[in-house]
Amino acid sequence: MEKAVSSNALKQTFDRRTFVIGAAQAGVGLLLAARMGYIAVAENEKYRMEAESNRVNLSLIPPRRGWILDREGSPLASNRADFRVDIIPERLEDIDGTVRILGDVLAFTPAERQDLHDRLEEARGFSAVPVASGLDYDSFAAVSVRLPELPGVIPQRGYSRYYPTGPAVGHLLGYVGAANREEFDLEPVPLLLTPGFKLGKDGVEKQFEQVLRGQPGARRVEVTARGRIVRDLETREDIQGNPVQLTIDGPLQDYAARRLGLESGSAVVIDCETGDLLCAASMPSFDPNSFSEGIGRVEYQMLREDERVPLRNKVLSGLYPPGSTLKPMAGMALLEAGIDPQETVNCPGGYRLGNRVFRCLGRHGPMTMHTAIARSCNTYFYAMAHRHGYEIIAAMGRSLGLGERYELPVASQSYGTVPDAAWKMRRFEQQWTHSDSLNAVIGQGYMIASPLQLAVMSACLASGKHIRPRLVLGEGPEPGRFSFDPAHFETIRLAMSEVVNGAGTAGRSRLPFPDILMGGKTGTAQVRGLGSGGRGGMGVPWRFRDHGLFVFFAPVDRPKYAGAVVIEHGLGGSVAAAPVARDVLTYLFDPQKGLDVLHALEAGWGGTAQERLAKTYAQYASAAAGIQIAPTPRPPNTGLRPVDAEARAAASAPEADPAAGEALAT
Amino acid sequence: MRRGLTLPAPLAELPWIMLGPLTLLVLFGAAVLQSAAGGDFSTYAASHLIRFGVFLAMALVISRMPRKLVMDGAFLAYGGVLLLLVAVEVMGQVGGGSQRWLELGFLRLQPSELMKPTIVLVLASYFHTMPIGMIAHSRALVVPLGLMLVPMAMVLLQPDLGTALAIGFGGAVVLFLAGIPLRWFAGGAIAAAIAAPLAYFFALQDYQQRRVTTFLDPESDPLGSGYHITQSKIAIGSGGISGKGFGEGSQSHLDYLPEPHTDFVFATMAEEWGLLGGLFVLLVFGIVLRWGLTVARNAPDRFSRLLAGGMTATIFFYVAVNLMMVMGLAPVVGIPLPFMSHGGSSMMTNMICIGTLMMVERWTRAAGTPDY
Repeated sequence: MEKAVSSNALKQTFDRRTFVIGAAQAGVGLLLAARMGYIAVAENEKYRMEAESNRVNLSLIPPRRGWILDREGSPLASNRADFRVDIIPERLEDIDGTVRILGDVLAFTPAERQDLHDRLEEARGFSAVPVASGLDYDSFAAVSVRLPELPGVIPQRGYSRYYPTGPAVGHLLGYVGAANREEFDLEPVPLLLTPGFKLGKDGVEKQFEQVLRGQPGARRVEVTARGRIVRDLETREDIQGNPVQLTIDGPLQDYAARRLGLESGSAVVIDCETGDLLCAASMPSFDPNSFSEGIGRVEYQMLREDERVPLRNKVLSGLYPPGSTLKPMAGMALLEAGIDPQETVNCPGGYRLGNRVFRCLGRHGPMTMHTAIARSCNTYFYAMAHRHGYEIIAAMGRSLGLGERYELPVASQSYGTVPDAAWKMRRFEQQWTHSDSLNAVIGQGYMIASPLQLAVMSACLASGKHIRPRLVLGEGPEPGRFSFDPAHFETIRLAMSEVVNGAGTAGRSRLPFPDILMGGKTGTAQVRGLGSGGRGGMGVPWRFRDHGLFVFFAPVDRPKYAGAVVIEHGLGGSVAAAPVARDVLTYLFDPQKGLDVLHALEAGWGGTAQERLAKTYAQYASAAAGIQIAPTPRPPNTGLRPVDAEARAAASAPEADPAAGEALAT
Repeated sequence: MRRGLTLPAPLAELPWIMLGPLTLLVLFGAAVLQSAAGGDFSTYAASHLIRFGVFLAMALVISRMPRKLVMDGAFLAYGGVLLLLVAVEVMGQVGGGSQRWLELGFLRLQPSELMKPTIVLVLASYFHTMPIGMIAHSRALVVPLGLMLVPMAMVLLQPDLGTALAIGFGGAVVLFLAGIPLRWFAGGAIAAAIAAPLAYFFALQDYQQRRVTTFLDPESDPLGSGYHITQSKIAIGSGGISGKGFGEGSQSHLDYLPEPHTDFVFATMAEEWGLLGGLFVLLVFGIVLRWGLTVARNAPDRFSRLLAGGMTATIFFYVAVNLMMVMGLAPVVGIPLPFMSHGGSSMMTNMICIGTLMMVERWTRAAGTPDY
């Protein structure tokens, strides 16, 4: 029985323990049910959101950028619909393989492959690297079908910025490009990381970024865990950015830029009744179209190495000793100080101050103010400045806009110096000397100004009004009044007319019209200091040659346009700068006549600025990197009113296209 | 005459109270698998149903086996499965990789799977033949522990922690039901508490360690190993009470949920059928397990009782660990959900357990009265 009892005890143990196990199992079951209820009911909202954010991917559609228009409403910058391919470096798995496949499909040259490879190596993962834009549909489709092999590669339909006149507006408008890290840190919005999105990097494009940008569209898509798009859920269209209309005269801007030709320089034209900037050309320049498609490094290197600094906007940032172009302003100051313009000063070829002789360029003999300005006699102004004090001249210079920072929507402007005793003490802790006065009055020494300031000065003299430059149509400072005697302005204008139309220094630059006269003043600014003794003539290297300057206005009898031309190292104002001003004004009054001159010149130079830039780049590329650059394709016929210089002549011809204004909006 | 139905005797004898819900569960599983395959029936669902049919037939064959044959063949079966384990280990070494299965054509046979019911069988047989008075002696523990640890060690070498734990759990439950004094279990628990940290640092592979740390803090690595748990919880949680509807689960269909047809099939189901679907699954498992324990309690002798109890525990282990894993209550171990996950080995093991339980039930009926 011992065994039976024991067996019974074991059976009881078994039953007890079975019950425990059953209870444990039931407990686990309840725990699981409770847990599931908690997840599925109490936390349902949270997990539903997470499932939704898994499933739905919101991708932004870069907004179409607003146009930049010239004063007539023609686009200086518009958008070109294109197919493009970008790479998100973060998702890229194999740089070499991707570059090889893309290079084959898109028929890249070895240089382009190398360039793409370099940019991918340097990419930081956060912003899209543009591979190609402006593709035709076939290339686009060819890339699209190979996407499974190309993680990180994003083909899409988009828009690229298009500047019809290319280099002519490079400095003025700036360019656009993908956001960099600094820009994203400054404005951390997802749009900046969206492939295909470009923001303004310089000039007007940068200043009016928020106006031009527009509202991005959005596409909600259902994606798998690996990022494959399953289907589109909904799409919101983008809203194009607002246009910005400038005071710039597009064809004139193109003409002036091209007329600068092979020189390094700038040309500014201002409507001297209003202050509207009609043209602000700075050459040589870059082609903002290249930048907008992501400039190649070879091209950028070429631009950086050029001693004619194509990356600097010389209109705003170039500072030059104004030289003799200051003489009309100095004359105005003297008139206001009560000098009789008929008073003569004898010019024996120089002016003795103490034991130092300040040289004049010639032995002019007896000079009135009129002849001193016309023949650019330094002695007259040395003597007058010494007698009446330099302060009145500095004050007049400032009234006419020198040394002033203008209220302009530009990224940067240099505003030069109108030196005086206080400035010199502040800057060098030295006393102002009479020598300083004499140097300053002929626009040398410490006196420096930008081409824009010289143009403003000229506009003030020409109109007798307080003119300040305006870049946006209908905005900016209104012309003001001076308390100066209008007769004094007239005296100066006649003297400036004499420079060109009489016995003056710019006699070879008369306008080719019997009834329209140009007034002006030449200037030659020494690059090497006066003290170093060397002159900057033909016989010295380019970078030591004198700058040539010219300020002008026209017509003399009722001034409408004023401006300035500065040719860096152009040897002299009369030989280098005045002819450019003459041709620019000729174009304003008679486009066809101006174009005839330009076309003859360009035939000798080897094409328009845009063509020459492309040619230079091709040469540079083959020399520097041993690569051949394909010729740039001709711009598409967009049906838009063109803004190149030829457009004006064509428009004034009777068979001009009347429908050109009906533009398709992109 | 059961429930008023007139069935042929062999059919009427079947435990429909368990088989009915189980068949429903398998059909439900097939529907979930069809959805997991993007609506395609042939990818997973068809083979799932075929396997259920095949292994159900196998279970019916098992259920007809005589008690003597089973008891006498227990150690033989144990030895055979052990040999198979050695065989895959050797083949894995020779083949230069860790191979866990033998290719049988229609099925990749994992001997470690077979070991789960076999350990229960051999321990039940051992305790049945052991003199009753010896149960409190330490010798009653040494041999069973040896029988358990040898296959566990071999499976761990593969390495397959989940299966090793399943073998250990099945064996431990048989030991518990056999009446091993509780102090041994208390001692074992203390030993495990000491061994666990040591095992974590010295025995577990890198990926296994990561799974444990991830389990303790899934958000620490949401895109790495924590991804599985996080996505599984999102799937279950977003299903709500009634689910998103058949074929509408975004987590599984858009590949966010890993292994939507095997280890995480419950999450796939819960996303589309919601809490109601989950309760249905729990209810069926509850019915099956309760039936199993009832069979064990009613069994005529010690061998059948331990056999039935152990088989029930083996099924329970699968269900509990899998469900705790998908709900974020246990680390990710590769254990599928019985009768729902797509996979032949797990279906086979679980149907062996079911077949064995049916066999014990038949013995009980044949014996008429329990033999105390």
